[in-house]
Amino acid sequence: MSRYILQRILYAIPIAFGVSVVCFSLVYLAPGDPLQTVLPPDATAETIEIVKKAYGFDKPLPIQFLIWLGKVVTGDFGMSIATRRPVLDEIIMALSNTGMLAMFAIPTAFTIGFLMGLLAGCFPGKWIDRGVTGTAVFGVSLPNYWLAIVMVIIFAVELSWLPATGMGPKGSAEFSIWRWSDTQFLVLPVITLSMIPIGIISRTTRAAIAEMRNQDFVQTLRAKGLSEFAVIRHVIKNALPGVLAVMGLQFGYLLGGSILVETVFTWPGSGFLLSKAIINRDVPVLQGTILTLAIAFVMTNLIIDLLQSMIDPRIRRG
Amino acid sequence: MSQTATLPASPETFEDQAAPETRIRSYWQSVGYRLRHDKMTLFFGSIVLLIVLAAVFAPLLAPFDPYKESIIGRLKPIGWRNHTLGTDELGRDMLTRLLYGGRVSLLMGIVPVIFATCIGGMLGVMAGFMGGRVNTGIMRTMDVFYAFPSVLLAVAISGAMGGGMMNGMLALTLVFIPPMCRVAETATTQVRSLDFIEAARATGAGTFVIVRHHVLGNVLGPVFIYASSLVSVSILLASGLSFLGLGVRPPTADWGLMLSTLRQSIYVVPFVCALPGVAIFVTSICFNLVSDGLRAAMDVRM
Amino acid sequence: MLDSQMEAATDLAAASATVELDPRDRGGAQQPLLIVRDLLKHFPVKGTGGKSVQAVDGVSFEVQKGETLGIVGESGCGKSTLARLLLHLIRPDSGELVFDGDQVDAPRGITVSALRRQVQMVFQDSYSSLNPRMPVRDSVAFGPFVQDTPKLQAREIARDMLTKVGLNPDQFGPRYPHELSGGQKQRVNIARALATNPRMVILDEPVSALDKSVEAQVLNLLRALKRQFNLTYVFISHDLMVVRYISDRVLVMYLGRVVELGPSEKIFVAPQHPYTRALLASQPSMDPARRMEEPPITGDPPNPIDPPSGCRFRTRCTFAEAVCEVTSPGLATINGDTSHVAACHMLDRASGHSLATAGSA
Repeated sequence: MSRYILQRILYAIPIAFGVSVVCFSLVYLAPGDPLQTVLPPDATAETIEIVKKAYGFDKPLPIQFLIWLGKVVTGDFGMSIATRRPVLDEIIMALSNTGMLAMFAIPTAFTIGFLMGLLAGCFPGKWIDRGVTGTAVFGVSLPNYWLAIVMVIIFAVELSWLPATGMGPKGSAEFSIWRWSDTQFLVLPVITLSMIPIGIISRTTRAAIAEMRNQDFVQTLRAKGLSEFAVIRHVIKNALPGVLAVMGLQFGYLLGGSILVETVFTWPGSGFLLSKAIINRDVPVLQGTILTLAIAFVMTNLIIDLLQSMIDPRIRRG
Repeated sequence: MSQTATLPASPETFEDQAAPETRIRSYWQSVGYRLRHDKMTLFFGSIVLLIVLAAVFAPLLAPFDPYKESIIGRLKPIGWRNHTLGTDELGRDMLTRLLYGGRVSLLMGIVPVIFATCIGGMLGVMAGFMGGRVNTGIMRTMDVFYAFPSVLLAVAISGAMGGGMMNGMLALTLVFIPPMCRVAETATTQVRSLDFIEAARATGAGTFVIVRHHVLGNVLGPVFIYASSLVSVSILLASGLSFLGLGVRPPTADWGLMLSTLRQSIYVVPFVCALPGVAIFVTSICFNLVSDGLRAAMDVRM
Repeated sequence: MLDSQMEAATDLAAASATVELDPRDRGGAQQPLLIVRDLLKHFPVKGTGGKSVQAVDGVSFEVQKGETLGIVGESGCGKSTLARLLLHLIRPDSGELVFDGDQVDAPRGITVSALRRQVQMVFQDSYSSLNPRMPVRDSVAFGPFVQDTPKLQAREIARDMLTKVGLNPDQFGPRYPHELSGGQKQRVNIARALATNPRMVILDEPVSALDKSVEAQVLNLLRALKRQFNLTYVFISHDLMVVRYISDRVLVMYLGRVVELGPSEKIFVAPQHPYTRALLASQPSMDPARRMEEPPITGDPPNPIDPPSGCRFRTRCTFAEAVCEVTSPGLATINGDTSHVAACHMLDRASGHSLATAGSA
């Protein structure tokens, strides 16, 4: 067991390294001089010289990468071109806001998606199965940025039940999830963000449950006289590892999907930060945010893998 | 025992040669047969076809000039004068712009899938067939790109490159290569371990000949199924990039970009503003259902 | 069955007397078609610290022109690996193959591809050995096509071969493997192997997956084809009855090594190695009076990653003594008969085994 954990962690290291290489190269993908890319257009000759020295722009690429990596590991992501503030500060602020969205969206998506899939998988071919499968296709094909707009049109414009955008008059600094006047701003983004994962998770769960119910061991359990409820418990236990794997991927989807959803709702999270960075051509912020989110995704997958191996002993040996 | 020496000339001598009286169909013929009898898929397939045709023949079908602005005709609701679907924030006809927008959106959605299928598929077959270090090298590189959520990677690449339609398509291609490669690699690895590959090698066939005659035919199915499911994802992502301002530049029409600019006007003409999204949604769901139908028709173990 | 036994024996005599020489023959009638010397293949196993599965561990034998050499052994003894080594589908770690006097894959010998033009193989799993996306006639035509026969001519060959294995080419040629029964697929496999006009065919458990009735048909077909095309067979099986029916000589393998080799009738009537005896005794008798009360052989074969020292069979052998643990027995002749050899200390008077008088004269 511990050997497997160690193996998995060791395997994540080269991946994280590769991810940082890709993020590093983003600056070089940008058209023009990379030095210009990371500096504001009106930077003085003096600043240019300092940055050139600090980042080793006059040195060969591998050295540049190592210098950059050293800085990143110690939390120095450079300066934002737009706000002239350290990128790290911006990212931390944004991540805590995205984290708040995720904190609500993930449990919502996972429970609803799982329950829907479970129901459909228990009654394959019945109306409930068809309903769930149909909803799932809808969920998967929905452009979530459009759903966000439709939500705003319905609940904010037409019905005026909920606020359209933002985090409320007090902003993110004093936002409290315990006050409805603040929490109401969360409702629409959370619903929008959970829609696609609900579709995908219910689909996978349905498939996994339906497949498990066809296995011989289920017949054996029934033959032993177990109640249908107890049988389903066994089925769930066996279907769970596969579902978990998909949930891990969906976490990544939420991170990515937040770019568009947060843009529509002007929710000041990491996605909104990214879309601002794109508009302002603020490459240091773009680079830093992408790196942070990707590393977070790698970590989640690692944790999911380890969780899976705890549930399913076969994975450890394979 | 001695009669075994004479060879049985006619097949009737063998009892086990009773064969079903069905027509002999190749794999692709039987896929076609199943598709022809799948009404759902046929229905959504024809909608997809209509959408594609509408985009291709947009100049013939569109009632107005897509760039013709009108100061008095701004943000008019559905059915205003001759504007069946209303007008946008510059007074341009929505129906016309939706037709023209489909050209860009479909192009940006479909082209990356085609390129990614060719490149990723080739890499996957190579990795799967050669195995060993080639496999490790290719697949570990792919794993790195896998570590990015797809939207994030697309935004990162096209954002860093400064947006634009070409960069967007390039970014999407790069996003789809790793999963495509993985699908092709899995299929190839499965085929490679089968005896008929050994048998082909036993006749002295070289790697290239074996891949061409024995591997590709068996890998094409899964690759095609996966590619078809990617189209819907790709259309969503491509429109998402345009929505963020990373696609075509105004005044070119594109569903994602239209949705983004009309977002400011939801208080004036809410239904008109939602229209480009409807177009994206309908296209995406139809491609999705057609892909499901294809999967059902093709996913038969023979 | 006795009849067939007799016939098999006379077949051998007839075959060796009138070997019709192939135009491709190089070494003459007395030159063995295939000589295998010290063939060795170990598969490294990950996570065992450099240990390996000793699938084939120093195997030597000869295959005469026109004969059928049967290879028997339990599953996992290395039979299939050996079959693939003979065609260089797996590269041997060491050892050599000499085909009709020419060493394979050696500076002055013949190349692997030249070998593959004269040796073909029929696989056990008739399902996975045919490309599911190819009409069977194309599968058959593929061999000649690869070996530079023009496409149309290759198709003609395929038609001809399908007819020869008893399948109507118009009816069965355009079909896909899933539209054929197991026996029909195996016929196609045989046609495919013969389409390149080989001199030798390696049959790796060709009938093991078939129903008994179909098995007999395919075996008879194989015998008939052998005569018609003047072939040499290496026939691998775990089914002793099948091997007895088809083989002129039999080689018994245990854990990657040869334990006994001799003419078919001698192996089956007077087996010398305790393993061969146990293997034969493990067949259920048709006579209730000769019902077995005790299992002739117990336990599973040892782990091939960590085979026993000395004689590999000693852990399951009732006669095992100290000497068996120390030295590995070589192949000894039996009663001065060079055609029949077995690897057991009991057959070698000098070995120090207490029962060593039993065998050699």
